Amino acid sequence: MQVWTDVILITVVLTNLALTGLSSLGTCIRVMALQGVLLGLITIGVQREQLSLHVLVLVAGTVAIKGFVFPRLLKRAIREAAIRQEVEPFVGFASSLLIGSLALPFAIWLTGRLPHLDAGVSPLLVPTAFHAILIGLLLIVSRRKAVTQVLGYLALENGIFVFGVGLARQATFLVEMGILLDVFVAVFVMGIAIFHISREFDHIDTDQLSQLKE
Amino acid sequence: MTNICLLMTSVGLMVASGLIALLVSRWPRVASAMGCVGTVIGCGLGLVPSVRVLLGQPAEVLRLAWSMPLGDCVFVLDALASLFLVAIYSLCGLAAIYGAEYLQSYRQRRSLGPPWFFFNLLVGSMVVVVTAQNAVLFLIAWEIMSLASFFLVTFEHEDEGAWRAGWTYLVAAHLGTAFLLAMFILLGRASGSMDFASFGSMSQPVAHASLILVLAVVGFGTKAGFMPLHVWLPEAHPAAPSHVSAVMSGVMIKTGIYGLLRTLTFLGPPPAWWGLLLIGIGLVSGVLGVLFALAQHDLKRLLAYHSVENIGIIALGLGTGLLGLSLQSTPMAVLGFGGGLLHVLNHACFKGLLFLGAGAVLHGTGSRELDRMGGLLKRLPWTGWTFLVGAVAICGLPPLNGFVSELLIYLGALKGVRWATGSHLPLVVGVVVGLALIGGLASACFTKAFGAVFLGEPRSAQAAGSHECGGLMRLAMLVLAAGCAAIGLLGPFVIVAMAPAITVVAGMPSESIRATMAGPREILSAVVAASIVLLVLTGGLMVFRRWLLAGRDVSSTVTWDCGYARPTARMQYTASSFAQPLTWFFRVFLQTHTKLAPPVDFFPASASLVTHTDDVCREKFYRPMFRSVGWLLSRLRWLQHGRVQIYVLYIALTLLALLLWKLE
Repeated sequence: MQVWTDVILITVVLTNLALTGLSSLGTCIRVMALQGVLLGLITIGVQREQLSLHVLVLVAGTVAIKGFVFPRLLKRAIREAAIRQEVEPFVGFASSLLIGSLALPFAIWLTGRLPHLDAGVSPLLVPTAFHAILIGLLLIVSRRKAVTQVLGYLALENGIFVFGVGLARQATFLVEMGILLDVFVAVFVMGIAIFHISREFDHIDTDQLSQLKE
Repeated sequence: MTNICLLMTSVGLMVASGLIALLVSRWPRVASAMGCVGTVIGCGLGLVPSVRVLLGQPAEVLRLAWSMPLGDCVFVLDALASLFLVAIYSLCGLAAIYGAEYLQSYRQRRSLGPPWFFFNLLVGSMVVVVTAQNAVLFLIAWEIMSLASFFLVTFEHEDEGAWRAGWTYLVAAHLGTAFLLAMFILLGRASGSMDFASFGSMSQPVAHASLILVLAVVGFGTKAGFMPLHVWLPEAHPAAPSHVSAVMSGVMIKTGIYGLLRTLTFLGPPPAWWGLLLIGIGLVSGVLGVLFALAQHDLKRLLAYHSVENIGIIALGLGTGLLGLSLQSTPMAVLGFGGGLLHVLNHACFKGLLFLGAGAVLHGTGSRELDRMGGLLKRLPWTGWTFLVGAVAICGLPPLNGFVSELLIYLGALKGVRWATGSHLPLVVGVVVGLALIGGLASACFTKAFGAVFLGEPRSAQAAGSHECGGLMRLAMLVLAAGCAAIGLLGPFVIVAMAPAITVVAGMPSESIRATMAGPREILSAVVAASIVLLVLTGGLMVFRRWLLAGRDVSSTVTWDCGYARPTARMQYTASSFAQPLTWFFRVFLQTHTKLAPPVDFFPASASLVTHTDDVCREKFYRPMFRSVGWLLSRLRWLQHGRVQIYVLYIALTLLALLLWKLE
């Protein structure tokens, strides 16, 4: 069981790295969807006891929302706002990829320094979570378009999700439902915001929002 | 349990009625009625348990089932809290009745839901502030109180002055809270809990306790209006609607005094310099407060400076009490604390009355300028006579209530002269001299204010065409005036009733307090008896005069008519000319700016005189300080790009730095 969990975790890390290096928005969204499905599988992987009904419901919910609903919403946002299918980074793809790769050893080092973080399931779980969070922050900081910032936000939330799955086993259901709701609201808000911003200003470059300062 | 449950019910009722008032703000009459009735019923409900506990019923504790972060949600209703609660409930209930009529004049221009919502929230939060027994709960209520009053100060927000006053207040309130936060964190770290009960039960070194006292004096003193920290007060009080000014000045600033007293109960036996510190603050606030009041031309601003003065008197009382505790002199401690605590109640009564009176004048004439009024006693008799009662009370003249509390402080300081030694003596004598000076200057100031507003002839068309307020506003002022008289005439009983509250602060058995009060009781009884004889004589003479005049023609004419063919209102003393000898004498402190264009030649065409007294602390200390802070911060403008990405980067870097720092 642990082998499969590790494989899934490593795949999550790879999808995160792919997010930093890909230039096409559509592919990024597809990778995000894949990551969502993987997260659902992790939820099964970390269970020690029999699979109960609520875990299955949770898995189904995670996969449905992160794997299908969000990507569809994002695609629609892109289509309706008529955005060019490019990521437009501040930091180049190669440098992003390099920073993303360096984030992995940093995450592992950080896990080592943290006291009493026994994930129990797999030693890779916590580093993966940190890595996803760092990648999320990187995407938010280094990308120009609002849509890519939504992607960064999703990656960050996925990291927190992995963290929650591994550590808060007693209150899993509550924690995860909370996170799902959180992200759902976030995507809706940002989706609506993107739509309205593009309608008002004819573009969704957050770059140009800086004209609004003061 | 019934007492404290009634208390919580009253808070719930007031907040709920405020919310309903906010929801129905589309219909101003309904909103106004809702807010007012809710507050009045809530205050009535709350007054019952407060009076019961103040008069000696045992203290009650309420521990709610849900827990606050860092501690429990605990309320305590003890004698100290109940003293402040009596003041809060009485004044706020009356202010609500007054406000129901006062705010009606804004009905056309303004929604009345929000002011009622914030008013009720303010009252509810004050009740929670004085009953909370957990630092977190206390700070939350404290903050709600500051914010609710901020929104009330900025009620007339299209007025530039009100807006600036609001900001000054908000900044001052938060700087004060910062000190309180530091104080509670220190206390919490020493005791291991945020509950007041644990603060009280620990023992701490004197240096630590002194640090906490200094933080408390600065933090609570900002709210109370101790002299160098008072700058928000003369700005915010005039800007707020008058019934809110009454509540803010009468009871909200007293929560600062409450906080200071509550903190003192945590700190164990005081060293002598704490008492001397408070006496020093009291002298500065009292004397300078009344001096600045003398120099004002705006009626509500003048009253605001008098709040600073009265807070100074309260600080004098508390300082005398603290010095008494450290010198182990029971009479000093009992009389000092007793006088200070009773003055809290008294000031709520007469300052509430005076602000309501000033509101009625503003309502009737549309102006706060002393030099535009005059002759209002004939036009606003109810307001005029009740204002006179308040003015006499605030000057500390018998037989009204101000006299009772100031007498206690005088007696405490006089007893102290016998106990104090060496370096303490000058300040103890200073209390007596300072109180006398304050009382004299206050009398001069209110002679000026009452004379300029109510006597003589109207100085402007507005004053000539002014109208008396309606029944609700009169009712509130009459009840407060009756309260001033009642506390004054029942003085001998009132001072004994203070015993449970003094016990909480000074930690003495109530028997010894009652024994100490026996002396002042005799003096007060004599004074009250003499006053009653005097009142009866005056009443008799009035009846006699009426009887003499019964069959004759009585005609009345304008004031200052003595033989002038063409009397004009401009021949009268103005408020500033009346105060000029005193303000000139104290010009070193006041720094009044004068712009004079004197009359020239034998037939002068025009001449003018403009005087303006800025707040010296504000101009000489705070303005330069905030200007340099502003300059320093403007150096950091490059941090603001307006780019979301960079802002997120700042947050991420901060989080990472904190994480790494915690891991080291």
